[in-house]
Parts: sequence; structure tokens; C-alpha cells
Amino acid sequence: MEIPYIYKARPDTGLYNAKVGIWLFLASEIMLFGALFSAYILLRVSAPVGFWPETALAWPRGLLNIPIGTFNTAVLITSSVTVVMAWASLQMNKFSHFRVYMVITVLCAFAFLGIKSFEYNDKFSHYVVQLKSGKAVTGHIEVNGKHPRFWNFSDQWSLARLTTESVKEISITVDPERDKHGHVKSHSNHAHENKTIATDDIQFLGSYTPATHPFFAVYFLITALHGLHVLGGALVLAYFAFPGAKMWKDNPQQFINRIEVGGLFWHFVDLVWIFLFPVVYLL
Amino acid sequence: MSEHSSTNGSGHEAQGHDSHAHDIAGHIKTYIIIFGSLLVGTFLTVLMYYVDFSSMAMTVAVALFIASIKAFLVAAYFMHLMSEKKLVYSVLLLAAFFFTGLMGLTLWGSFDLPTNSTHKTIYVP
Repeated sequence: MEIPYIYKARPDTGLYNAKVGIWLFLASEIMLFGALFSAYILLRVSAPVGFWPETALAWPRGLLNIPIGTFNTAVLITSSVTVVMAWASLQMNKFSHFRVYMVITVLCAFAFLGIKSFEYNDKFSHYVVQLKSGKAVTGHIEVNGKHPRFWNFSDQWSLARLTTESVKEISITVDPERDKHGHVKSHSNHAHENKTIATDDIQFLGSYTPATHPFFAVYFLITALHGLHVLGGALVLAYFAFPGAKMWKDNPQQFINRIEVGGLFWHFVDLVWIFLFPVVYLL
Repeated sequence: MSEHSSTNGSGHEAQGHDSHAHDIAGHIKTYIIIFGSLLVGTFLTVLMYYVDFSSMAMTVAVALFIASIKAFLVAAYFMHLMSEKKLVYSVLLLAAFFFTGLMGLTLWGSFDLPTNSTHKTIYVP
């Protein structure tokens, strides 16, 4: 038995099957990301009032690299317009244009993931150090002359580990000072100063990773889930651009539909980022 | 398998696509305009970060307002929601209902949180 409306629209709804399917799926995706945004809101409003890191669990602002985040946003928006251009090219029977646009889309997707990995990596050597004096310092640390790296979890340091391994001191490249909005002060005296901190003076230390602060927990969770969506979307679009493009010869209408449905998913991923970018980078 | 089948290697099919292609050309112009607007929106969002609105609520409202406009542009034009079929709207209405409910519960829950001043020193073992 042949399944009806695989690529032809059903007369009463005006939709082919996959289009109904993708919209049901996207509706469920709205709820998935909605739940995580809800978690973010509750964690944030329940954070203590004050300025991080002086107040240990206050909500931090401006910790992520805004120029890089802005650039990545532009990359994702570009990929969103190229995927819709790819679809329009097929509508106009310009297969070669379609392929060019699809290749740009997939390249943008991998550029986005590459930039995101670079940002992630940085967080694993970026530490907050609370001193027994009550002061707090943030910056990139070196222990025994080595920067922690994210692909190696044995590079991660805690106070307990410093003590057991009898590390006497750590060195830290201190971050520029920030004002209460999280903006970097333009005339900061201590920026990029190298400091040595004795282990005995440390109350707490932790990298910019989930265990240290709920902000990093929710940041890594949502951006990593979003990143998986980017990866999944990129693989499917790459398949459509090359091996899957054979369908253009046999059944062009179904192929156009596939690109439309793949594109809808891709725009959704862009849409999530449109909210995610201000929420985690700017607010 | 299909009335659109074409034996031409590059997938060309000439029949009856002229007016259709003209429509699409019009769409492309729209896509470029939306693309530009989204980049401007992104730039504006970042600019607003450096503006000191005396209250955090205002800062959040401005950022989410710009994000909502950008989201509308993507959904309405790139995802073609401006002219979609009724069934798609029904599905989205359902999502909108539950999403609003979720955010409503979040808001409600946020009034029920413990007051914040007590666990400042949680880093201290």
C-alpha cells in the first residue's frame, strides 16, 4: 500500500505529511527549550542579590565573550538566510545555486560549532578563586606551569586536589575589573596582571564549569543542547546537499519539500539562539 | 512515480514555472531585507547592553523585545508563517498555549522562592 501525501499536499489541509510532522516536532521543541528557559529564570531570580564573585552565588553578568557571541549570532543568521535561499533556488530550478547555498549553510554551522568549542575551552582554564580574606579573584590559572584544558578532566583543579597533591601555590592571570553591570572597566589597573596565590590563602576555587555556579550549569546545558541541534541539522543538510540530492532527478517536488522541512528545523535552531544570545551573554 | 519526473541530468523542467519563478524572485528580495534587519537587530541588542537603564527589569524587557522582533521576522518570513495553512497554526496555537502556561507557572513559582540573603557563603565548606 502506498502512503498518501508523501509529497503532494492533502487537498483539505493543503499540507504534505512531512510538513505536519515537522511542525508537531517543532511544537515539542518549543516546550523542551521552554522548560530549560524556565529553569534558567527560576535559578536566576532565586540567586542572592549582589555582585559575583564577591557574593559567591550572585548571578554573574558579562562573563561570556560578547564580540565572539555577536559574531556567532551573525554566522547563524547567515546560515538561516542561505538555507531559505537554497530552497528558493530549487523553486527556480537552479540546482547549482542550491548546492552553493547549502554548502555555505553547512560551513556556517561548523563555523558556529568551532567558535563555540573555542569559547567552551576557555571556560575550563578560567577560574574563580575565593580567598580566606573574603576577596575573590577571577582569571586564567596555571598550576605547576600548566593551563588546564577541557579535553583533559585530570587538568581540573579543586582546593581538595591542590591540598592532596601538596601544590603550594598557583599562578593566575587576573581578569580586568568589572563594574556592577558586568562591563569591563576601561581603566583597570590590575588587568592581565600575573599573580601568585598560596594554596593556604584559598577558601575555594573552581573553573567556570557547571559545578562552580548554577549560571555555568544552565549555560552549558542549554548551549550544548542547542549545539547538538546545530550538529544534527548540519549533518542532515549536508546529506541533502550531496548524497540525498539524487532525489532532485527522480522526484523534484519531494526533494523541494525535504529542503523546506530541513530549513524549518534550521530556522528554529536560529530562533532559539536569537533568545539564547541575549539571555546568556548580555542580561 | 511523479508527474514532475524529469530525465534531464541537472533537474531542469521548464513547464509552467514562469510566474512561479517570478514570485520566488520577489521572495528573495524579502529574504535579503530580513537578513539585513536581523543583523541590525543583533547589533542593537549588543548596543543596548552598554546602555545603562537604571533598572534590570527595563534591561531585560528591552533585550527580550528586540529578540521577539527578530524571532517574529524569522518565523514570519523564513519559516513562511505569514501565509501558512490553518493546520500549522492550530499546532502552534497548542504550543503557544502550553508555553504561556509554562511561563505563567514559572512566574507564579518565582514568587514562592526562599529569600536570598542567607546562603551567601555556600562556597565555604
